[in-house]
Amino acid sequence: MAELDLKDIIAEENVVYKKTKVLTDKPMHYCPGCGHSTLHRIIAEVIEEMGIQEKTIGIAPVGCAVFMYDYIDVDSQEAAHGRAPALATAIKRLLPDRYVFTYQGDGDLAAIGTAETIHACNRGENITMFFVNNGIYGMTGGQMAPTTLEGMRTSTTPYGRDYHLMGHPIKMTDLVAQLPGTYYVTRQAVHTPNYVRKTKKAVRKAFEYQALGKGVSFVEVVSNCNSGWKMPPVQAVKWLDENMLPYYPLGDIKVPQD
Amino acid sequence: MTEEIIIAGFGGQGVLSMGKILCYSGVMQGKEVSWMPSYGPEMRGGTANVTVIISDERISSPILNAFDSAIILNQQSMDKFEPKVKPGGILLYDPNGITRHPEREDISIYRCNGAEEAARMGAIRSFNMLMLGAFLKIKPIVGMDNVLKGLKKSLPERYHNLIPQNEKALQRGMEIVQEVKKVEG
Amino acid sequence: MDEEYVLMKGNEALAEAAIRAGVDGYFGYPITPQSEVMEYLTAAKPWERTGMVVFQAESEVAAINMLYGGAGAGKKVMTSSSSPGISLMQEGLSYIAGAELPVVVVNVVRGGPGLGTIQPSQSDYFQATKGGGHGDYHLLVLAPSSVQEMADFIEDAFELAFKYRNPVMILSDGAIGQMMEKVKFKPQKTRRSDDELPGWATTGKTPDRERNIITSLDLDPYRQERFNIHLQEKYRKMEAEEVRYETFRTEDAEYLLVAYGTSSRICQKSVQLAREEGIKVGLLRPITLYPFPKEPVAQLATQVKGMLSVEMSAGQMVEDVRLAANGRIPVEHFGRMGGVIPAPEEIVEALKQKIIGG
Repeated sequence: MAELDLKDIIAEENVVYKKTKVLTDKPMHYCPGCGHSTLHRIIAEVIEEMGIQEKTIGIAPVGCAVFMYDYIDVDSQEAAHGRAPALATAIKRLLPDRYVFTYQGDGDLAAIGTAETIHACNRGENITMFFVNNGIYGMTGGQMAPTTLEGMRTSTTPYGRDYHLMGHPIKMTDLVAQLPGTYYVTRQAVHTPNYVRKTKKAVRKAFEYQALGKGVSFVEVVSNCNSGWKMPPVQAVKWLDENMLPYYPLGDIKVPQD
Repeated sequence: MTEEIIIAGFGGQGVLSMGKILCYSGVMQGKEVSWMPSYGPEMRGGTANVTVIISDERISSPILNAFDSAIILNQQSMDKFEPKVKPGGILLYDPNGITRHPEREDISIYRCNGAEEAARMGAIRSFNMLMLGAFLKIKPIVGMDNVLKGLKKSLPERYHNLIPQNEKALQRGMEIVQEVKKVEG
Repeated sequence: MDEEYVLMKGNEALAEAAIRAGVDGYFGYPITPQSEVMEYLTAAKPWERTGMVVFQAESEVAAINMLYGGAGAGKKVMTSSSSPGISLMQEGLSYIAGAELPVVVVNVVRGGPGLGTIQPSQSDYFQATKGGGHGDYHLLVLAPSSVQEMADFIEDAFELAFKYRNPVMILSDGAIGQMMEKVKFKPQKTRRSDDELPGWATTGKTPDRERNIITSLDLDPYRQERFNIHLQEKYRKMEAEEVRYETFRTEDAEYLLVAYGTSSRICQKSVQLAREEGIKVGLLRPITLYPFPKEPVAQLATQVKGMLSVEMSAGQMVEDVRLAANGRIPVEHFGRMGGVIPAPEEIVEALKQKIIGG
């Protein structure tokens, strides 16, 4: 077999993977192995493939993804902690032909922003919501999140989350699926290639459904936080499989009925 | 000309709408007007009052502590506002439910059996227009043509069928108002 | 008679004026004494007339963040509330100031602190003029004193908001909100089309430009300091160019009342009463509370023997009056609190006791 030189390797017909141009060239600040970067890439790829970059407005949260606008090359707004659905509501109602998405973590969407989440979902805003659940506050250094599993150690539950004291981990996605305003609700993951492929399909649907004007498309992505969990990436992925997924099982929770 | 008026009674007696119709009549007559209500839970069933000012000049304070005229529709309002009528001013009241009649010697006092008359006419909701008619008889600060225009402007269109009845009440109020005591203003 | 005038509450006039000014979106939450604003808008159905969005949010917190989103998309958006609701909006206002977004917020002030009362007050002066939320910022604050101004200031407020890319507050109070006066409206303005939105807005990245980002975040302290310097320059420009006030019988005044909004109306009556007694009093009414009319107050401090700041509060604006008078003459405060409105006679009495007799 003839050896490939550099010229062959970079030839268009030999390209097997390239970065979507909806991602910027800025190196991401996420920890190695973090699910945020993967989900950013998936969202950017879908935006490119659907050809909707010129019509898309993204809302970044407070949390690790606070700099999402540095990486995804779309017009973006940075929301106050938990308020992304409020911003999205107004933008979509004032610019109804645009694609508007929020990107939020578990502290943002399921603790401080619970009211905005529930009401945007209940009203059936025609927006897409991405919810990254890693069971911890990553950016502030590993404190308990509303989704932290029972017994899980964090910097504010150093002896493990005790539900007598702190209540149970909240299943926000199951909750919003009960609301009449959600159209498509699914829980996915990005820590294996197979899950990445499934998540990409879900993200694509979540954008496509927005054009139908039938309500919220809500995609939870169960992810790992190696730094917050204080585990190397491989161990974190295993821990996710063994602990997070039994409590937060993957799959569609609400699919369009018509 | 500046006329500073307090209208006071129970919520539900049409105090605020009487003030509004009087104000709108003033607007129709090209006057400056202001309508400053008491508001909040006290309106809901409790006492209600509104300060109405009609003037040829730009109105300064919409909130006053002394009035040229008082239209009093219950005892609490009598207690509260009788002392606040300016000397030489006017107090018009409906004696229905009044246990202590006005006592001031330095103001003109008029009474109008508005509630009784409205009931007799089978139009208890026009009570406030009876009282307004009585007031305008004493103090014709706006012409009747403008009062009718003001009435039309104040009422939502679905109630415009009530305008003839209200006009009748205004006229009747003018007829039945009685002078109790008159001082030179 | 004049057919063009209508009789309306301040809150209703504000709502009608917002429709006519071509506002794109109103986002609010009910609270006494300003609920008539949203009630009027929902009854008027402006979405059928102009396309204006009228939206009842789940909270004041959500409403102010809807303003952030809408203004970030370049739209003319506004909200109205009353004191407790405005307190809830302070976080959002800080973000809006930090992201340099043009919004209009109306505060129909009621007495506080806490749930306080639903009666009119002016005890939110500090919150309105000194920032209110966290960080070094100012709102540009307009204080109407009549129903006509409740209507007129909407368009002015949006002009200033977009001129400076800065939140503008209309600081009213329960008295002006609930009071009816005659009002004349400007003709209906057409709303801006999506093609006319400002270039910085997040309307979708087109190939001819970089993506637009609306944010108040910059972790680099030196860049953040530069941004703060830029904000301060903006405020200095407002102070130089946007001060508005009016005076009433100050030409020969030996004493001066300083009052805004409802208090300024009452003080006009006090001036008349005092002059009937032979006391030469004038009134200065700040229309912009931030920027505060420092110069005119300083000027009058060389003419009058003393000033009385009259506010429905424990004395907030008096601090700005004192700063402007800069020790030249006595400056005192008179006010009623908790929703009590001072009577014109009380103010004359306070002037005599605190300034003339003092």
